[in-house]
Amino acid sequence: MSIERNDVLNAAHLARLAIDDSDIEDYTQDLTNIISLADQMQAVNTDGVEPMAHPMDATQRLRADQVTEANQRDHFQKHAPATEAGLYLVPRVID
Amino acid sequence: MHNKTIAELSQGLANGDYSSLEITQAYLDRIKRLDSTYNSFITVTEENALAAAKQADEQRAAGQAGDLTGIPIAQKDLFCTEGVRTTCASKILDNFIAPYDATIVSRLNEAGTVCVGKTNMDEFAMGSSNENSAYGAVKNPWDTNAVPGGSSGGSAAAVAARLVPGSTGSDTGGSIRQPAALCGVTGLKPTYGRVSRWGMIAYASSLDQAGPFARTAEDCALLLNAMAGFDPKDSTSIDQPVPDYRADLNNSLQGLRIGLPKEYFTDSLDSDVQQVIQNAIREYEKLGATVKEVSLPRSELAIPAYYVIAPAEASSNLSRFDGVRFGHRCEDPQDLLDLYKRSRAEGFGREVKRRILAGTYALSEGYYDAYYLKAQRLRRMIKNDFMAALAEVDVIMGPTSPTPAFNIGEKSGDPMSMYLGDIYTISANLAGIPGISIPCGFANNRPVGLQIMGNYFEESRLLNAAHQFQQHTDWHQQAPAGIE
Repeated sequence: MSIERNDVLNAAHLARLAIDDSDIEDYTQDLTNIISLADQMQAVNTDGVEPMAHPMDATQRLRADQVTEANQRDHFQKHAPATEAGLYLVPRVID
Repeated sequence: MHNKTIAELSQGLANGDYSSLEITQAYLDRIKRLDSTYNSFITVTEENALAAAKQADEQRAAGQAGDLTGIPIAQKDLFCTEGVRTTCASKILDNFIAPYDATIVSRLNEAGTVCVGKTNMDEFAMGSSNENSAYGAVKNPWDTNAVPGGSSGGSAAAVAARLVPGSTGSDTGGSIRQPAALCGVTGLKPTYGRVSRWGMIAYASSLDQAGPFARTAEDCALLLNAMAGFDPKDSTSIDQPVPDYRADLNNSLQGLRIGLPKEYFTDSLDSDVQQVIQNAIREYEKLGATVKEVSLPRSELAIPAYYVIAPAEASSNLSRFDGVRFGHRCEDPQDLLDLYKRSRAEGFGREVKRRILAGTYALSEGYYDAYYLKAQRLRRMIKNDFMAALAEVDVIMGPTSPTPAFNIGEKSGDPMSMYLGDIYTISANLAGIPGISIPCGFANNRPVGLQIMGNYFEESRLLNAAHQFQQHTDWHQQAPAGIE
């Protein structure tokens, strides 16, 4: 599978990552290398093998629907770049 | 004093030979004096450490001391430590003061350990050389031209240089075992789910596992005793009783069945490393173990499977770094998209971006089945290979790394060759089984690690095998030149 410049730009957009024009070629090469490594998997027949998400096939535990955590909004928001009245501030999205 | 093990320091504290305050101060002095050479710490927490040491001494005076009360340790800088900067070696978290403690941090604190600081690492635990740190490369105490391994390179180097007697690390594809091998210390990756991941900054959630570094297996057992156990806050934590990991240390190895995977002893293994490993195996035979060849036929495919699963999970996990709730935010964002894109571009280093892009690509529309699902199917086959081998033998042994430590800069321009160096460690993460690396000799004057892997929750057996080896050899007692 060959990776094109546009594949990198698309992945970068999906990942919300700005990339300098001068780096696109290097990333295209990096991704080509990683994906050709990944393509070695295609040589193995995995038909009928269940995908494994957890080594012991554990599933998510359920818990009772009870409040267990105290509200620590002010404590956590101390680390935010910009807040006001308990809200996180970002550039205006809707004019 | 700094050559003492945790077990010895614990005994000395119990005897009243010294106080925790005295030994903590002595280690802090060593860090101040020596770490400018190794760069193994990102943050040293002197004030907190002295307060914790004082508290430990008070606990002891009140008759409430445990094995680890007053023992100085270091935490890898991906474990959240309340009120202390936690960077994950990334610029994006340069200003991040963690608002809470990771579960293993609170457990080790409750056990009375004294945290002296946060250790350097590859950014977001992505790397095998510790060169991918926003805070500079760590130097290997055995040879400062060499890398310490990664990603927990600072934790391994700090123990090797006797800046702390023990430390914590995380292992997603070998990040405890490989630096332990390259720095000549002991490092244990427990079974997936044995140690809580809560408060550990996530890289690849289905593979990440925290574990201890120390100079001996006995010390790793002491640290694991405090770290292990069910945590309702970690949805993949396993609810199983925790044994006393010291209980089996002195068991005889008579009749221990060792499997040597034939796929591990090929041309890609450095011949000097191979010789050192064979000598170690002979030592085990002298201790009464039997050796047979086993097969792990999908070994080579572990690398492609890992380099799909890990970047895919990382691309999802690292989406939380968005410049909104914590961490770096770019100047003058034009709009929300610009805020996200530039904050992340400015905050993440090259290898992290590479893996985010690869993972995003592998998860994107039309590719998910061919890459992520395929890798998960292969993952099950790799696990099944281990289960088949471990039905015939008790433990699997081999090299931790195909070569001793390479030089700083030697592989940094060639990420693919760095990835291939993870060949012996990655498959244990994919299968979720435990593994330990112990010092077993030298190649090219640099340490070589023997890896011992076992079945799920058999950490005690691995620690027993490692401890018995250390009772009959002195590789783990060797110190880098200038350290003694």
